[in-house]
Amino acid sequence: MLEVTDHSTLSQMLLQEVKTLADRFQQTFGRIPSFMEVCGSHTMALARTGVKKALEGYVRLISGPGCPVCVTDQVTIDAMISLTDGVNRIICTFGDMVRVLGSYGTLMQAKTEGKDVRVVYSPVDAVRIAEQHPHQEVIFLGIGFETTIPILAAAVKEAEEKQVRNFSMWMSTKLVEPILRQLLHDGEVALDGFLLPGHVSMVMGRKHFEFLATEYNIPAVISGFEALDMLSALRHLLLLSLEQRAVVLNDYKSVVTEQGNVQAKYWMNHYFTLCDEAWRGIGVIFDSGMDFKSEYNQFNAKVKFPIPTREPRRTKCRCGEVIRGLIDPPQCALFGRACTPLNPIGPCMVSSEGSCAAYYQYMREE
Amino acid sequence: MCVGVPAKVLHIESFSALVDVMGSQMNVGIIFVPEVKIGDYVIVHAGQAMSIIDEQYAQESLEEWRKLVDARSDGSLNT
Repeated sequence: MLEVTDHSTLSQMLLQEVKTLADRFQQTFGRIPSFMEVCGSHTMALARTGVKKALEGYVRLISGPGCPVCVTDQVTIDAMISLTDGVNRIICTFGDMVRVLGSYGTLMQAKTEGKDVRVVYSPVDAVRIAEQHPHQEVIFLGIGFETTIPILAAAVKEAEEKQVRNFSMWMSTKLVEPILRQLLHDGEVALDGFLLPGHVSMVMGRKHFEFLATEYNIPAVISGFEALDMLSALRHLLLLSLEQRAVVLNDYKSVVTEQGNVQAKYWMNHYFTLCDEAWRGIGVIFDSGMDFKSEYNQFNAKVKFPIPTREPRRTKCRCGEVIRGLIDPPQCALFGRACTPLNPIGPCMVSSEGSCAAYYQYMREE
Repeated sequence: MCVGVPAKVLHIESFSALVDVMGSQMNVGIIFVPEVKIGDYVIVHAGQAMSIIDEQYAQESLEEWRKLVDARSDGSLNT
């Protein structure tokens, strides 16, 4: 095993290497390179490890639409919170959702008003809660990207096998490929490459992202989440950019394979099918999420407990532009003033991996 | 939210395994890694083992970085 000091030395050397290559990029193309980290976990890791700050002026790192809470549109957030209005219900959720501000409150506020809202580590825990409370309806709020969708499928599989009839899931999942295509089609953000999400790739495989190189002629590197992993991936991205080679490179081979996790993909596609999804600040994107196949509607909370949609309350929150990489968090008038981690208004400040939360905690000038 | 943590597999029982995550033990599902063996390291996300970590590749990455540090890379791609 490497000693911590060894890791630290390697990180420093790799950082220097990245800076040298970024200088070479600037001399060659007359501007600094812009790379988008797609994953919210990368956004937080880049900020927390100091990599983003250390590369200011060398590499522009743009946070992409890879935080599930942040990209969920307000109508969906409002609908999920409205689920607590029903009687005899237990709402189970990942922790990321409880403080997200809907138009008329949060799940946390609903809980303080006496509603049964529970944070669980895994959706399978929600199935167990349903078994323990057979006379109540247990609804799990199923948000997430491709890493999480198989986990949701595993919970449905357990509920199906155990014939748990009082368990259902309100799905609001998102897929990475359609949103990357949308960003590249819109062309609102000039990008030299993508830092691809390691754990989405763990499920989907390197090959899944090949379209970035073949169709859009843009390099991309799959990365892990340690400082060394991310610096190594950035080094590869810079080398590819300098050589003007559009390649999708797997720099996280210890976890990511060419085809991804075949079992996880099988179970995803067993219970769920592609559906149109609404993205915050972007609108509805065709086939950009997954929802229940009709034969599994007994687990579909949208079918069991339909919620009338309401026009969401308008705010000055600019999370919709933040997740598309159009603005940095401080460009939002609310950032650091009305909207802080203690009093979050937008989901990018609420989420543990939102761009605004990362920027507030690690990037602000004191 | 798509983050996973490495864990060592201690015990396997049909579709679940007891794993050690930095000193804490927990049960996780293994339907996505049916070939997993005791002693393997896995990535755990929200109660499920999602991938078996290939230690050979992990070592190779470290070696690659070490070589880079030693040689102060000439900028050629080792891919």
